[in-house]
Amino acid sequence: MTGGTTPNSAETRPRFAPGDRVRVRAAFPPGHIRTPFFVRGREGKVEALAAIHPNPEGLAYGGDGTPRRPVYRVAFRQAELWEGYAGSPEDATVVDIFEHWLEPAEGGAP
Amino acid sequence: MTKRRHHDMGGLDAGPVEITDHDHAPWEKQVNAMLRLLADPKRRVMTVDELRRGIEDLGPGAYDEQSYYERWISSIGNILLEKGVIEVDELGRKMGEIEARMRAAQAEAGKAAQ
Repeated sequence: MTGGTTPNSAETRPRFAPGDRVRVRAAFPPGHIRTPFFVRGREGKVEALAAIHPNPEGLAYGGDGTPRRPVYRVAFRQAELWEGYAGSPEDATVVDIFEHWLEPAEGGAP
Repeated sequence: MTKRRHHDMGGLDAGPVEITDHDHAPWEKQVNAMLRLLADPKRRVMTVDELRRGIEDLGPGAYDEQSYYERWISSIGNILLEKGVIEVDELGRKMGEIEARMRAAQAEAGKAAQ
């Protein structure tokens, strides 16, 4: 079981493309998740498809992590993440996020 | 009510970051090697994701009290018990055996120093 960026036949094709505006789901399940608290509910921009990767939410409980999920590199503006951020308004934090944690942002494709 | 789990600390104030190198104790290297062997593609006894889940599930108290590799070995132990790879009694006896061996070695070293 590997990463890579090509889905096999049983896996859905990546839903988002570079440049898409996305919103991270504001979900707070109790188990093992890889989506940091500080980006949940926040809006960002997809920079790239990082990998198609086994799902850690399954792997963490003895599962095999299939089907693998697209993981995106998503950029968030620092000024929108941190209250009173003093740096440049262009500063960004880039976080790898699994596709099932993302929804299209209003006004953003698709 | 915070919905943030304790380990999910990204963005919290943490003070200055210590960036100097530090040595690992031999037991820490053993813990690292153990995890790598348990999680390697040939053995697949456990995954690094299970390691991480086990660390997160230690809870705020143990998470803060334990050092980095103490958290690892606590998690590895719990996961291996959960999977039935080792048994509680087996682990307890082995821990007692090692503790006795260490005490004997310390006593020996104490005698030699006199």
